[in-house]
Amino acid sequence: MTYNLEQIRRDFPAVSQLIHGDKPLVYLDNAATTFKPTQVIEVLSEHYRMETSNIHRGVHLLSEQATVKYEAVRDKVKTFIGCDDGGEIIFTSGTTEAINLVANCFGNSFISHGDEILITEMEHHSNIVPWQMFCERTGAILKVAPIDDNGDVIIEAYEKLLTDKTRLVSIVYVSNSLGTINPVKGMIDAAHSKNIPVMLDAAQAVATVPIDVVELDCEFLAFSAHKLFGPTGVGCLFGKKEILDRLTPYQGGGDMILNVTFDKTTYNKSPAKFEAGTPHIAGVIGMGAAIDYVTSIGIDNIAMYENELLVYATESLKAIDGIRLIGTAKKKCAIVSFLIDDVHPHDIGSILDSQGVAIRAGHHCTQPVMQHFKVPATGRASFSIYNTKADVDALAAAILKVKEVFV
Amino acid sequence: MTISEELYQQLILDHNKNPRNFGVLDTPSHKAEGFNPVCGDHYQVFAEVGTDGIITEVKFDGTGCAISKASASLMTQAIIGKSVTEAKQLFEQFHAMVLRKLDPDKDENKLGKLAVFSGIWQYPARVKCAALSWHTLNGALDESQEPITTE
Repeated sequence: MTYNLEQIRRDFPAVSQLIHGDKPLVYLDNAATTFKPTQVIEVLSEHYRMETSNIHRGVHLLSEQATVKYEAVRDKVKTFIGCDDGGEIIFTSGTTEAINLVANCFGNSFISHGDEILITEMEHHSNIVPWQMFCERTGAILKVAPIDDNGDVIIEAYEKLLTDKTRLVSIVYVSNSLGTINPVKGMIDAAHSKNIPVMLDAAQAVATVPIDVVELDCEFLAFSAHKLFGPTGVGCLFGKKEILDRLTPYQGGGDMILNVTFDKTTYNKSPAKFEAGTPHIAGVIGMGAAIDYVTSIGIDNIAMYENELLVYATESLKAIDGIRLIGTAKKKCAIVSFLIDDVHPHDIGSILDSQGVAIRAGHHCTQPVMQHFKVPATGRASFSIYNTKADVDALAAAILKVKEVFV
Repeated sequence: MTISEELYQQLILDHNKNPRNFGVLDTPSHKAEGFNPVCGDHYQVFAEVGTDGIITEVKFDGTGCAISKASASLMTQAIIGKSVTEAKQLFEQFHAMVLRKLDPDKDENKLGKLAVFSGIWQYPARVKCAALSWHTLNGALDESQEPITTE
């Protein structure tokens, strides 16, 4: 299959716009969130225009149709990540809520005082803070597997930290600040050899790495729709059924029950028991459209194309005097974090923006990574399916402008 | 106007490169710590206030972008020798200016060189960078025990 870049760019209305008057937008902040294709926008719009209705409740037509569409997305997610039971797919507000759900529900049942939870040094704050909060509450201990100066997890150190006290490993599949694609299969196998379950934060992986939860054999996996060309405020948690069945929900409300009396409430089974309240129905349906869109292009094609951009961007930036790349792992996705001389990344970001080039400047919600590299922040260019080599050239030209201002 | 004419004027670039009164005061009468949690900018501001209420010394230390560093540097120059009351008035005027509520060319003010930041309202994401050290100074003068944040 050929990669139809022109068609893909036409699918995303936001790609072809001018900003600051006359500057063509070069959007390189895809690791923060991706643009949405017309195919997703129209599904969302049609839902709000004609199909709005609550799910799992009504006997009327619109409610039944909304329920069918909502539940059909569970099947799409199932196929997309290779699991075989819809009860294993829980819709959440995103990766963050999914991790908090595991920290609370799995944590409360299986982790207690003195037990250990293992993460890595390159985690997003959303895979650090929920565990710190849990540890503070229970006296469990958070352990951190270190990274090296390329941005790879030091696997020997990781394996040493898998002890008979470790109750859960929770690790990022793809780093949002370094671009590292972690060798998660081996890391999961190592944990399993000691009977330790593993949660994967796949927020950054989902649009660029094919995911098969059966092959990976992870116990939990979370992702958000908004980094997958879908709406914000919605995402998924996959959990193995035999574990989910044993967990008590941490949020109560409508839709998650079988029966409520003032004496006793019995919970529904998974996934309903973890989806209290009216969910983000439109968002879930939009996420389904996003999955269809990505599937129509093919994750393998996306990965191949983005790798071309990564190679080109890495070479282009390396050729500029005074550039320092942060994150040079063995296996990377199309994320390039960089510094220019001693210019602060915010100043880089503002000057690039004035040239029409949108990047992220900051700590990327990975402050421990910044601490590892002893930098306050980095500039980060992150590429997606609609970016072009011309976008890389625009980035390089805008970087030269930064050097001009800060000579 | 281009960004280098508006945001990265020579005066700002100069104070970023050679910040004035950069460093610590060991035993200041007033000090506070300021963060911008969104971007990680982090400064400490130290002030020595005499019994007559005059600010005799100000220093700042820490890391951040060119805008926050230049703003802190220009602030120290502007307030040394002023009374606490005058410094607070200047803070109010500076704050109003960066939010476009005061036009240094038209409205009465004593901003002087600080007017270099008068166009920063055009870059909303950077207003907090310019204001961070001022909020921190204000916190120091109020003897705030909590770190100051821009959020």
